[in-house]
Amino acid sequence: MSGETVGQVDAKAPSEAKKSKKNRLSGGFFRFVLTRFLLIIPTVFILVTVVFFVMRATGDPISAAQGGRLSPDELQRRIHAAGYDRPLIVQYGDYLLKLLHGDLGTTLTDNQPVSSILIHYGAATFELAVLALVVALVVGITLGRLAAKHRDRPSDAAIRIFAILCYATPVFFLGLVLKLVFSSSMGVLPSSGRSSLESEMQFGRLISPTGFYIIDAFQLGDMRVLGDVLVHAILPAVALGLLTAGVFIRVVRTNVISTYSSGYIEAARSRGVPEKRLLSKHAWRPALIPIITVMGMQIATMLAGTVLTETTFEWKGLGFMLSQYLKARDFVAVQGIVILIAVIVAVVNFIVDVVCALIDPRVRY
Amino acid sequence: MSREISTSTATALSEDERLEQLKSKKEPWFSKLPFMSELRMSVGWQRGMLVTGLVITALFVLVAIFAPVLAPYGFAQVKTSDGQTFPTQAAPSAKHPWGTTVGGFDVLSRTIWGTRTAVIAIIVAVVLSIFVGVLLGLVSGYFGGWIDRVLVVIADALYSFPSLLLAILMAIVISGGQSSLWGGIFASGISITVVYVPQYFRTIRAEVMRIKESAYIESARVVGASTWRIMSNHLLKNSTRTLPVILTLNCSEAVSTLAGLGFLGFGIEPTAAAEWGYDLNRAVADVTAGIWWTAIFPGLAIVLIVLGITLVGESLNDLADPRLRARKSAAEVIGSIEDTSVDPNKADDVAVQIEGKPMKTDDAMDTETGVVDKPTVNGSSDEPEQYSDAQRQGDE
Repeated sequence: MSGETVGQVDAKAPSEAKKSKKNRLSGGFFRFVLTRFLLIIPTVFILVTVVFFVMRATGDPISAAQGGRLSPDELQRRIHAAGYDRPLIVQYGDYLLKLLHGDLGTTLTDNQPVSSILIHYGAATFELAVLALVVALVVGITLGRLAAKHRDRPSDAAIRIFAILCYATPVFFLGLVLKLVFSSSMGVLPSSGRSSLESEMQFGRLISPTGFYIIDAFQLGDMRVLGDVLVHAILPAVALGLLTAGVFIRVVRTNVISTYSSGYIEAARSRGVPEKRLLSKHAWRPALIPIITVMGMQIATMLAGTVLTETTFEWKGLGFMLSQYLKARDFVAVQGIVILIAVIVAVVNFIVDVVCALIDPRVRY
Repeated sequence: MSREISTSTATALSEDERLEQLKSKKEPWFSKLPFMSELRMSVGWQRGMLVTGLVITALFVLVAIFAPVLAPYGFAQVKTSDGQTFPTQAAPSAKHPWGTTVGGFDVLSRTIWGTRTAVIAIIVAVVLSIFVGVLLGLVSGYFGGWIDRVLVVIADALYSFPSLLLAILMAIVISGGQSSLWGGIFASGISITVVYVPQYFRTIRAEVMRIKESAYIESARVVGASTWRIMSNHLLKNSTRTLPVILTLNCSEAVSTLAGLGFLGFGIEPTAAAEWGYDLNRAVADVTAGIWWTAIFPGLAIVLIVLGITLVGESLNDLADPRLRARKSAAEVIGSIEDTSVDPNKADDVAVQIEGKPMKTDDAMDTETGVVDKPTVNGSSDEPEQYSDAQRQGDE
């Protein structure tokens, strides 16, 4: 039915269709992508600047980290050696230069290059975020569409209450409740960590571990290890995923309802398109754009959520390390992790904008 | 629609006088209270959501105000008045209805006192961010130029940044991590402010940009109103339309952010004030040992207060957007078909209600839709009914 309509439209205005197709592949789109890509630079630059000056406003990192433990002379000597007694603007320029070379400094508490920490723990955070996103998308889209379908009926109300509950529950409290129920009282799922000790040892045998435990488990080819890793991931992924699912349910519901009540749906219905298809095709596609936009924005929230989730579940990723370094007042490490997250967020926003532009040509400006 | 409608005499009046009467119907005093117009607009479970949210929120405000009366002990109290030390990690009992923490604090008392901290933090955060955000939005939107461009770029950069991380950074700057009651609350409040200023800024700026081209701003400028007067009298008052929704949603986020900061150890010292996030932080180890009461109660308090505020915000959002507003079903609005059909024998005892407003009906009625064309008076034989407010409420 709808294929027929598309054919008709194409037949009617072939020149127009051709033009828009040409537009999509030539100048307009690439110029948009390029402009949008270049916009990442000022965003990241502003964030780096803000983070740098905000962190330095408290004083130098060495006295913050070592505070009472060193004698004043020793402290002075080390501050001087690290160059923290130079004018702030010189330090800033120095920091930017090093940043361009990928040098984020050395942590004060355990003397490791920040960049190696990012690489080492980044994979764990990424794994958690992807798993959580899967949970969020599955729960969010399923329930959101269900709610839109049964608009204003009890099931809709129930789903919306569930969405608000998801949103209202802090991720660490949800994590604690899940731990209480499934680990402390029922004892079916592990309460913390990324894998059991035996699996860790198995991973030690790998020549080139990726840091993504699921991929590493496949490399090992050991199904028990894979199962172990997945079992450990369930609670953190659900806790973090549900936080975002609440937002997804809301966005999906709202957008499907607003496209569902528009004129062309009515027209398609009068042509005899079955209701199911209306919901899954006609009303769904146009609703996707705001959903993808929100999804991109949620990735920022999710990254912040990993800090709390990882702390709750002792999931040794960037978020966990961030809270550890915060506790130790190691602000060089904090600065590095925060800047990395800022860059990720900027890049994700860029990708989201490009995807939206691909779906809907009107977005390009 | 009920048929037992009081019949009063409105017959001897001319059309103009009757219209006059319609207009001069006095609004009761309580309709001026916040949320009243939304309450009247809402129907069905949407109204239920709004009412539930308002009740929960009010409850928390009351608990915050009367915390000293309600809490059995102080928030940092570890001994009874006769010097007996509280047990640590004790299960709920008569003396400590919600148990005690690892530090020997009474969970019930700390949860109650925590309400006060949360409410104060919300107020500080929201007042500050509205003030700063609205001011910047007005300036940026009205003056435009480079100031606008710089502010927009900064706001966009901050807006896309994870709010909790920004709050952590601010907490480090303001308090270096830990602090007293007011220091801690202001640190959290200001951290949250930095996060939410961009939202208010964007909304107000967009509205101001829209409004500043309108004729009445131009005429104000022509008659010589000062820039300040235009901004405060004309722009500010007309650009705050969308604020209540953002405001309520931000209140709930402020609670979560405060708790998140506390959970990461960047909140308020336990001896300075009770704070739910800190309590949950201490409860992590308890949970692994199967001790549930230290985590569940403060956590539920967070969930409930955020739930209450979010319910209010969501309902306001839905009510502000006609596409999402739940509609009164057709039957509710126009009554049954028999009610609206014109029966020449008793056309005069029909009352039609349109969009919640009572209309006196006569013969000039569209039979299909139940819409009254014009409330004309046709002589003296009619005795059109007048709906009293109470009856109308009952009908809805």
